[in-house]
Amino acid sequence: MAYIDYYKILGLDKKASEADVKKAYRKLARKYHPDLNPNDKEAEKKFKEINEANEVLSHKENRQKYDKYGKDWQHAEAYEKAQSEQNAYRQSASGSSGNQYSEEDFSDFFSSMFGGKSGGFQGRSQNVQFRGQDFNAALQLSLHDVYKTHKRTLTVNGKNIRLTIPAGVQDGQIIKIKGYGGDGVNGGPKGDLNIQFTITNTTKFKRDGDNLHITVAVDVYKAMLGGEVVVDTFDGQVKLKIASETQSGTQVKLKGKGFPKYKKEGQFGDLFLTYEIVLPKQLTEKEKALITELSKLR
Amino acid sequence: MDNKDFIPITQLCDHYTIEMSFFKRLHNEGLIELTTIEKTTCLHQDKLHAFEKIVRIHNDLHINIEGIDVVFNLLEKVDDLNNELLQTKSRLSLYESK
Repeated sequence: MAYIDYYKILGLDKKASEADVKKAYRKLARKYHPDLNPNDKEAEKKFKEINEANEVLSHKENRQKYDKYGKDWQHAEAYEKAQSEQNAYRQSASGSSGNQYSEEDFSDFFSSMFGGKSGGFQGRSQNVQFRGQDFNAALQLSLHDVYKTHKRTLTVNGKNIRLTIPAGVQDGQIIKIKGYGGDGVNGGPKGDLNIQFTITNTTKFKRDGDNLHITVAVDVYKAMLGGEVVVDTFDGQVKLKIASETQSGTQVKLKGKGFPKYKKEGQFGDLFLTYEIVLPKQLTEKEKALITELSKLR
Repeated sequence: MDNKDFIPITQLCDHYTIEMSFFKRLHNEGLIELTTIEKTTCLHQDKLHAFEKIVRIHNDLHINIEGIDVVFNLLEKVDDLNNELLQTKSRLSLYESK
């Protein structure tokens, strides 16, 4: 196992005081703490290194041992000495209940020198579990796409995720998918994936929550005399009767013909129709004469 | 609102060995939102992750509450920029693969 220069890790020389060690450790911990560097494996590794260095150098007994044997680690004689020291230390440390570090949190070098576990370390971070970072993704869909529940495969950070998009998703809505975010640290849970939907609408329908609105053109004669019109709904057409003397701007509600309600299968909003009376253009002379005659009757 | 989603802060004080006043200071600084249910001050379980993060930053790095607020704001900005980058990369890959 390679010799690790703990002084170098903390940017110190061998003459560094206890206060210098503390100061250097805190400065580096603030830089590489996993909470401040989410999803940064390099920072996580560095944080473990500086914790290990601090564990040794801030502890008087450990530091003395490291200073004595550390440099000559590669020589067999020193190795033997370190091993005997380690055994003695293991025995004394086995009764300690202060910390619960796992062996893998320390380098082989540390484990050989100090037996992996130790008491007296001020920080707890090395063994703390951190939840992974939440990932945010944006997904653009058309109004037609979200009219029906469908499955879609997304690629987030190189991973394919197949998800079901429920009908009725709203523009700007965020759906959280638990456990599809970044990996946790030290066995912590994975983060979540937040998908924000942008719903584009190129249809003639205006969406307002679960309701839809549409303007329906009605010719003046049907508006005056009544009749039938065929109206587009989002998924088809319906035939409607127009009452005589229907005014422009009249609103009609078609119950249950709106947009699907999110996660309420079989339930729909309403469709609101607004009649717009369309006046004829390019009137013939005969039409003008008849309308003139008609106007005289009022 | 379901009461079982809320954790009494007295319970959290015991678990994380922190003072009640710490919660009040966090609340006053707008770092956490506390809810009172039947005279018991509680934290919503969805906010627990953020709260644990605050405790770690405070205990491990000796950063005061004002500092944590600054850290959180900056982390949020970093997060936004990362997401923006991710989305831009994702969009770019669509064009590159054509």
